[in-house]
Amino acid sequence: MTDAPRRTALDATHRALGATMTDFAGWDMPLRYGSERDEHVAVRTRAGLFDLSHMGEITVTGPQAADLLDYALVGNIGGVKTGRARYTMICEAGGGILDDLIVYRLEDQEYMVVANASNAQVVLDALTERAAGFDAEVRDDRDAYALIAVQGPESPGILKGLTDADLDGLKYYAGLPGTVAGVEALIARTGYTGEDGFELFVRPADAVALWEALTAAGKDVGLVPCGLSCRDTLRLEAGMPLYGHELTTATTPFDAGLGRVVKFEKTTNNGDFVGRAALTAAAERAEASPPRKLVGLIADGRRVPRAGYPVVAADGTVIGEVTSGAPSPTLGKPLAIAYVDAAYATPGTEGVAVDIRGSHEPYEVVALPFYKRQK
Amino acid sequence: MSNPQQLRYSKEHEWLSAAEDGVSTVGITEHAANALGDVVYVQLPEVGSTVKAGETCGELESTKSVSDLYSPVEGEITAVNDDVVADPSLVNSAPFEGGWLFKVKVSGEGELLSADEYAAFITG
Repeated sequence: MTDAPRRTALDATHRALGATMTDFAGWDMPLRYGSERDEHVAVRTRAGLFDLSHMGEITVTGPQAADLLDYALVGNIGGVKTGRARYTMICEAGGGILDDLIVYRLEDQEYMVVANASNAQVVLDALTERAAGFDAEVRDDRDAYALIAVQGPESPGILKGLTDADLDGLKYYAGLPGTVAGVEALIARTGYTGEDGFELFVRPADAVALWEALTAAGKDVGLVPCGLSCRDTLRLEAGMPLYGHELTTATTPFDAGLGRVVKFEKTTNNGDFVGRAALTAAAERAEASPPRKLVGLIADGRRVPRAGYPVVAADGTVIGEVTSGAPSPTLGKPLAIAYVDAAYATPGTEGVAVDIRGSHEPYEVVALPFYKRQK
Repeated sequence: MSNPQQLRYSKEHEWLSAAEDGVSTVGITEHAANALGDVVYVQLPEVGSTVKAGETCGELESTKSVSDLYSPVEGEITAVNDDVVADPSLVNSAPFEGGWLFKVKVSGEGELLSADEYAAFITG
């Protein structure tokens, strides 16, 4: 069965802007409006406007909302203060990653879980199943929100002219309810670009008005509409994992170098959470003899490694696999993230190459991220 | 977008100019360039090598993907566009002009479409 892709509340706006659309996780989304490299550079140097309405919002409320999320997710969610957000993951009992998430604590007993579009149903089903026995409600709010992001160094200035909310007091990974351009919004200082920026969760009926107000407010400082193509190169430069590439059900957070998101010292549910036993073993394995490590690869050539390409040693032995790769607009070089055997994972390891369609192109092993903004 | 009437087109989205002294110029269409996105690397056949209609003779790398370059005709490569190798964005900015890819001394043709037939093919 194939369903027609879903369209966001901004669909007509994208078409009027001449966007190239793409089917992404069942949604018809803007891939780019013009040049994806220009869009990428705009976010790094000025500001970009994104429609991210495909992301999946799930609301968890009730007296035991925190306890449920502490049990269902790997992070310490009860410890998140109201008005703050946390990057976390939801794992299978066997430790495999079902999705990576941002959880916003909106009220003492109300959380919003934001899942990747491709996994939203899986996360909703898992949370619903894991909610059994907890005095908490799991609500599918995917249709309740449109999500518009403003990212880049000019984004605070753009937003300031449109809201009375205290943006200076809004830290990275915090969110507060407010009004932007007359539209009720949850204003979150989060993003997936490696730049300062905001994500605005609004009613779908308000999305066009907000988009147009942001477009007008950002016109003089070079704000441009941006598609998913540059979102991918921005997150790649920033070394941020993407579900389905770096993160899969076959990897645990420890394999992905993100063991820090797993909190074993939970005070709720007697410390129990889904995946605890398997993740304890994964943590020990990662400490003692890691099978593979996630690294950055960078080259001076122009041929680009793509997901699935083998990473090879000097003698041609396969020592890993590329999970993401793209030409970097900021660095002007091809970049990749790859899982490689631990023996080759140290930055500067000699003799590492990527098999690019039969030709072994030398690549330098580097630590992630490739790009970090100057604060 | 409009596809120049004086060119002929392949279903792999290459264009072919009318031969001058038996030599035609080949590039990719604006439709193909738009579908690829920003082209960052172009690998072209070597001058003096022989290409065959419908067979791969190079590659075009863009932000999101890599695509094979097909020759629309059979023949010997007489020139390649060094400007486009140095600045692959020419494929996007001027696919029918400065973004041409190679010149070939044509000894045989594959299936080629008129501009109108190609326009119908890509909207079909």
